[in-house]
Amino acid sequence: MLLNQFLILAAILFGIGMYGVLVRRNGVLVLMSVELMLNAVNLNLIAFSARLQETSGQVFSLFVITIAAAEVGVGLAIILLLFRNFRSPDLDEVHQMKG
Amino acid sequence: MVTIAETVTTEVAKVVDEPWLLSHAWIIPALMALSFVLILFFGRRLPKRGAEIGIPAVVAAFVMSCVAVVQWVQHVDELVEGEGGGGEALRRLGRSFVAAGGEGAISIRPITDSFTWWSNGLVKFDIGIQIDGLAVMMLFVVTLISMLVHIYSTAYMEHDERYTHFYAALSLFTASMLVLVIADNSLMLLSGWELVGLCSFMLIGHWWEEKPNTNAALKAFLTTRTGDIGLLLGVIVTFFAAGRTFNIVEINEAALAGKGGHTVWLIGASLLLLGIIGKSGQFPLHTWLPDAMAGPTPVSALIHAATMVVAGVYLGARMYGVFWQGFSIADGGMNAMAIIGAITIIVGACLAFVQNDIKKVLAYSTISQLGYMVLGLGVGAWVGAIFHLFTHAFFKALLFLGAGSISHSGSHHSFDMRKDMGGLRKFMPITFVTFMIGSLALAGIAPLAGFWSKDEILATAGQSGFHFFQIVGIIGAVLTAAYMTRCVYLTFFGEYRGHGHPHESPKAITVPLIVLAVFSVLAGFANAAVLGIEKFVEYVEPRYAFPPVIIPEFETTLAAVSVMVVLASIGVASALWFRREELGPLRGLTERNALARAGYTFLVNKYYLDDLYTDGVVAGVKGPLARATYWFNQNVIDAVPNGLGRIVPMLGRSLYDHVDQGTVDAAYNGLAKETGQAGGLLRRLQSGQVQRYALLIVFAIAIFSIALMLAR
Repeated sequence: MLLNQFLILAAILFGIGMYGVLVRRNGVLVLMSVELMLNAVNLNLIAFSARLQETSGQVFSLFVITIAAAEVGVGLAIILLLFRNFRSPDLDEVHQMKG
Repeated sequence: MVTIAETVTTEVAKVVDEPWLLSHAWIIPALMALSFVLILFFGRRLPKRGAEIGIPAVVAAFVMSCVAVVQWVQHVDELVEGEGGGGEALRRLGRSFVAAGGEGAISIRPITDSFTWWSNGLVKFDIGIQIDGLAVMMLFVVTLISMLVHIYSTAYMEHDERYTHFYAALSLFTASMLVLVIADNSLMLLSGWELVGLCSFMLIGHWWEEKPNTNAALKAFLTTRTGDIGLLLGVIVTFFAAGRTFNIVEINEAALAGKGGHTVWLIGASLLLLGIIGKSGQFPLHTWLPDAMAGPTPVSALIHAATMVVAGVYLGARMYGVFWQGFSIADGGMNAMAIIGAITIIVGACLAFVQNDIKKVLAYSTISQLGYMVLGLGVGAWVGAIFHLFTHAFFKALLFLGAGSISHSGSHHSFDMRKDMGGLRKFMPITFVTFMIGSLALAGIAPLAGFWSKDEILATAGQSGFHFFQIVGIIGAVLTAAYMTRCVYLTFFGEYRGHGHPHESPKAITVPLIVLAVFSVLAGFANAAVLGIEKFVEYVEPRYAFPPVIIPEFETTLAAVSVMVVLASIGVASALWFRREELGPLRGLTERNALARAGYTFLVNKYYLDDLYTDGVVAGVKGPLARATYWFNQNVIDAVPNGLGRIVPMLGRSLYDHVDQGTVDAAYNGLAKETGQAGGLLRRLQSGQVQRYALLIVFAIAIFSIALMLAR
């Protein structure tokens, strides 16, 4: 069965996601990158689940999808408030919490 | 003894019903917790701003505690009576059986009720109560003092803007203290311990608008927290040493059986002792207690004299098996607990001489008296220490509330004895009389409360072979009497030096004072060994999982000596202070005045002698005799009090400057500074930029992953 292909695809997706989280300045894009990372993980879970004939991986990925939905809800609300206060979605401007 | 031992063959077989209130004693703290919540939510909207919830709740708690006391006494009697003919004798001898290793001594288990909150593997976390004589006694003391303080505060805090919060915090404090008292496992005890610390913090900083008050609150919180590290570690050590249990009875059993070797119990006891040092204001962590006087006076009476500060002593008494085993108290000689107590007695008492703030005198006095209790536990005087806790709660709360009454009505909200007090006995007769009773009880004058408990500690110390600590205790009593004389003198005698219009306090203040004064007179008779009353031995002392401490014989010599030295000390101190008062700052004039008076007498004598001129012998003798007597009076008799008066404050001052401020405080300040600098370095790392944090996390994960792969 094809396992490596799935894993490589997931790794690539994860890498792109991480790059986005670390580098992009737009808060919305950062959130989207987080989604990408989560889905890369889902892909891994499902690939191993199919390989090992074990359903718990798929159950896990269902959980991840649910939580990701909640996370996006909260994240977008935060970004919205940030935008209202700073008049820009740029995360670099939000450094009020420095020591 | 042997015959009685034979009549009882096994542990008590008779099963008696457990009194309802004792097995449901959690109702008492629950009631106070409910009161806290109600005051917090509805207090502001009520006409009396919360007091009408707090006071009925605490009165109900007090009534229930009284019922609990009666039920416990009946419960013990019932168990003892069940033993047939030997019952009466056993009740008296129960403990000496245990002491002599007597089999079949009556063993009265505490009444417990608990459920498992959650369990994880073999470890169970219980929530439960453990009611025995000690817990019942504490319930009584805590609710009584709390009730009086609640009533007192209606007048004292009348115009305070955070009146409602004050009452809410008082209720929370009372609830937490009661939780601490009835806890059956060390974790629950720890929770109560931390909660009372929180309430102490809230109430010291009650007037947080002024910076010194918030500083004092923080200092109290952080200093006791230093000790709490020891307590937490001690709980962990005893948990493992006793075979994975938090249950206090099981820990005591394991400790007394020496399970796992002596060393582990020594470590456990030392760590727990650190907790006691922090909470009960023992040297060297005592520095927070005088600062804690920044809080309102009723709070000082309730928390920093009668209840919270004795939590440490209570811990020592509750887990006495651990200390008994860890410090080898049975062997006599030196141990850390007794040494800490002894140092604290002397250090605290000396510092009390140089304070001009009446509450600070009382605070240092509290430190010194807590030293007695810790010393008592350290020398095996369990009953003495707990009895002293009991009596001290009454007379020290009385003294604090008296000081509050003075500041409320006499000295215009000042606590400075030199500037704003003096001569108050004429204006505030009730406060004066009750304060005098409290001072005499504290000094340990014969029939008053302090005498009996102090004597019990000293007698046990002597009879268990701790003669050194007995002597320290007597010296402490001498110092106590002297500084209280100074305090009473400066407050109530001489001329009024303040600027207000002193008058007697309202009834809400004087009635608690009178109640406490009555207790300060009578409480000592609860365990007056010489009169054959030993209620503490019969009912308070545990009869299960408890080390074989001795019951001291009453020593007439010791009692006489301690009363004599205390009286002498009061005499010397009052001679000194009353003379000093005569002309106050004009010290030089005292000499001249005395000389003038002597000259006057001399002149009179001369005129007198003129008539008897022919009688040369009389003329020759009387003049020199008068002068010789005067010289003797000035140079020998007065020299002692004067010298003492000079040396003791100097000693106290230098202790305060060098040890207290120079060493102990400097260490804390240095620690705080270092922490601040470290924080300054670390703050650069906190840039506030989320993505930089994310990058750090990614790097960290990468490093750990690589390390994990290499380790494979």
